[in-house]
Amino acid sequence: MLRLEALTLVQDDFRLSADFTIEAGARVAVIGPSGAGKSSLLSAIAGFYAPASGRILWAGREIGALAPGARPLSMLFQDGNLFPHLSVADNLGLGISPDLRLSAADRDRIAAALERVGLAGFGPRRPAQLSGGEQSRVALARVLLRARPLLLLDEPFAALGPGLKEQMLDLVAELCAATGITLLMVTHDPQDALRLCPQTVLVAQGVARAPQDTGPFLVDPPEVLQNYLGGRRFL
Amino acid sequence: MAQRAFKLSRNLAGRGLALLIALLMGSAALALALQSGRPVLSASDWGAVRFSLLQAVLSALLSVALALPVARALARRRFAGRGVLIAAMGAPFLLPVLVAALGLLGVFGRNGLLNQALMAIELPGVQIYGLSGVLLGHVFLNMPLAVRMLLHGWQAIPQEQVRLAESLGLGPRAQFRHLEGPMLRQVLPGALLAVFLVCLSSFALVLILGGGPKATTLELAIYQAVRFDFDLPRAAALALVQFGLCALAVLLAGGRARLPMGGGLDRAQALPRPGGWRLGFDALALGLAALFLAAPLAVVVLRGLPGLLSLPPVVWQAALTSVLMALAAAFLCGLCLLALTPAAVAGRRGVELAAMAPMATSALALGAGLFLILHPFVAPSALSLPITVLVNVLMALPFGLRLLMPAWAAAEAGQGRLAESLGMRGMSRLRFALLPRLRRPFGMALGVAAALSMGDLGVITLFASDQSLTLPLQVWSLMGAYRSAQAEAAALLLVLLSFGLFALFDLWGRRNAAA
Repeated sequence: MLRLEALTLVQDDFRLSADFTIEAGARVAVIGPSGAGKSSLLSAIAGFYAPASGRILWAGREIGALAPGARPLSMLFQDGNLFPHLSVADNLGLGISPDLRLSAADRDRIAAALERVGLAGFGPRRPAQLSGGEQSRVALARVLLRARPLLLLDEPFAALGPGLKEQMLDLVAELCAATGITLLMVTHDPQDALRLCPQTVLVAQGVARAPQDTGPFLVDPPEVLQNYLGGRRFL
Repeated sequence: MAQRAFKLSRNLAGRGLALLIALLMGSAALALALQSGRPVLSASDWGAVRFSLLQAVLSALLSVALALPVARALARRRFAGRGVLIAAMGAPFLLPVLVAALGLLGVFGRNGLLNQALMAIELPGVQIYGLSGVLLGHVFLNMPLAVRMLLHGWQAIPQEQVRLAESLGLGPRAQFRHLEGPMLRQVLPGALLAVFLVCLSSFALVLILGGGPKATTLELAIYQAVRFDFDLPRAAALALVQFGLCALAVLLAGGRARLPMGGGLDRAQALPRPGGWRLGFDALALGLAALFLAAPLAVVVLRGLPGLLSLPPVVWQAALTSVLMALAAAFLCGLCLLALTPAAVAGRRGVELAAMAPMATSALALGAGLFLILHPFVAPSALSLPITVLVNVLMALPFGLRLLMPAWAAAEAGQGRLAESLGMRGMSRLRFALLPRLRRPFGMALGVAAALSMGDLGVITLFASDQSLTLPLQVWSLMGAYRSAQAEAAALLLVLLSFGLFALFDLWGRRNAAA
C-alpha cells in the first residue's frame, strides 16, 4: 500500500498537504480544479518534486529518498512518453534495461508485451509513424515490462478523442486487473473516474483528501467540486 | 524545486573541468602580471594599443555598414541560389585566415587581378599593406558574419507587423521607420560589438597584411616581443594590456554580442519586395558581395590547383600533423562539451562563465602567459603542438557551448523526466536519450573545433621553432620565401582539409539526426 504521511508540498504561493493511505491494488482517481496540485502530488510521489516535509512510503518502506527511476512505480506524463528517435522496440527495451542491454528472452518479452496491447509486429517502427492511440499503447506496454507495483497516470490520454480515450481506459483496467497494479490517475473528467476508479482523491483548497468511494462522492460532491463540475450530475 | 535538487548532486565532471579552465587562464594572467611588474611600455607600444583599437572600430563599422544592404536584400528577395549564398556566408568563419589573406593578395595585391586591370587601363595601382589591408581582410572575414546576424534580425520582425504595415499601405520609408529601424536599433550594437571583438584579437591577418611600425596591433607586438626581441617582460605587459582590453570590451558588451550561429535562416517569410530601382539596388548589393567573397577564394583555387599534387613531402608531412592536431582538438573539445554543457544547462553560471571566458581573451595573450609559465622549465618549442591543441580547444569551447546548450536544454525539457523515471543515468542517458537529439549541433561543434584548429596560425607562432611543423606554418613560410606557386597550392590544400574536416563532422551530425 501507498502511504502519504503528513506530506506537504510548497512552491511559492502554492501549498498542498496530504495524509492518507491507498490500499495495494486499488484504482484511485485524482480529481480537482486546475492548479490545485493534482500533477504536483503525482510528481512528488514519482520523485520529480521534493516535498517540504512528510514521508512517502510504499509497503512500509520509505521511498522519498530514492531517485525517480529507483522508485517502485511507473509514470506516464501528459506527453513525451516515448523517445521519438528510438524504435518502438527500443522504447520498450528501456523499460527492461536503461542501457538497452537486451537478451533474446528480453526481446521475446517485448514482442509479447506489444501483442498484449494489440500492436504485434510494431517493434521496428518509430513513434512518429504511430497514431496517438498507438503511442499510448506502446507506453502502456512499457509499463507492463517494467512490472512496478504502482502506476501513476498524469492525464496521458487527454489529447485522444473520447472513443480512443475510453479504449485506453479499458485497456488500463484490463492491465490493472491482470497485474494487480495499484493505480493513481489524474483526470479532469468525472466520467473517467466512474469508468475506471472505484475510489477518488479530491485535491482542492490546499488539501489532497483521503480516497472516497467514487459513486457516492460524485452523487453528492462537496461544494468546491460542485463549482468545478458546474452543477452537472453523473449518476 | 525538486528537479533542481536532483541535478545539483551531479555535474562533478563539468564543475571540475570549469575549475581547471579558470585555473589555467588565471595562472596565465598571473604569470603575465608577475613578469611585467614595472611599466615598460614604450611610445610605440602605446601606438600598437591605439592601432589595435582603431582598426577594430573601423573594421566593425565597415563590416556592418556593408552587411546592411546585403542582409536586407537576402531578407526580402527570393532567387535560385539564395540558400547557397546564405550558407556560403558562414564559410569565412571557418576559412583559415591565412588563406583569406593569400586570396585577397591575389585579387588586391601588388600583382593581383585588380592592379593588373588598373595597369591595363593606365590607372595608378592600389596598395593594400597597412591599415587598408587589415581593414580589407577584416571586412572580408567579418562582413558575412554581420550579414548572418542582421538577417536573423530581419527574419525576427513579426509577420503580423509586416502584414499590418502592408494593409496600412506604408511605403518603403515608413516601413523602415516602423519595422526595420526598431529592429536595427536592437541588432546593430550586438553585430558591431561581435565584429569589434573578433578584430581586436585578430593576429594572422595582421601578421600578413599589416606590419610596419604604423600598422602593428597588440597581438603582433606580443609576437614580435617574444620571437624577435625575446623581451619577455615587455611581451607580458603587452599581453596583459590585451587581456584587459578584451575583457573590458566583453564586459561593456554584456550579453549583447551574440555568436552568429544557429539555423533558421531559411525560414519562409514574406517581407515586402519593392520593385523599381530598389530591386536593382538589391541585385547590385548581392552581386558585389558574392563577387567580393568569391574572387579571393577562386584565385586560391585556380592558382593552387596546378601545384597541388607536386607539393613536396614536407608539406604533406605538415598537413598530416595538422589533421592529427585538428582531430585531437575536436575530440578533446567534444569531451569537454559533454562535461560542461549539462552543468551549464542545469544553471551553474560559474561553469558557463568559465567555458565562455576564452571568448573574452586573445589566444596569443593566453599563449604568451603559458609561454612564461613553461619556459623556465622546458624549451617551449618542445611543447608547441600540445599547447596549440590546448589553446585551440579552449577557443572552440564558447562556440560549441552556444551550439549545444539550447539543444541540450530542449532535450532535457522534453524528455528529461521520462529518462529519469526510467532510471536512465550517465552513459545510458547520454547514449539513448541525449546524443540522438544532439547529434546535429554536436557534429557542428566538433566540425568548428576541427576546422578552427586546422587553420590556426596563432599561438603556434610563439612556440614553434620549426617553421614547417604545421600546414599553416608551411604556407606562411612559403609565402615569406616568395615561393608563391607552392604557397598557393599549400593554401588550397589547407582550405580543402579545413572545410573537409568540418563537412565530415557536420555530416556525421546530420546523418540519422533525430528531428
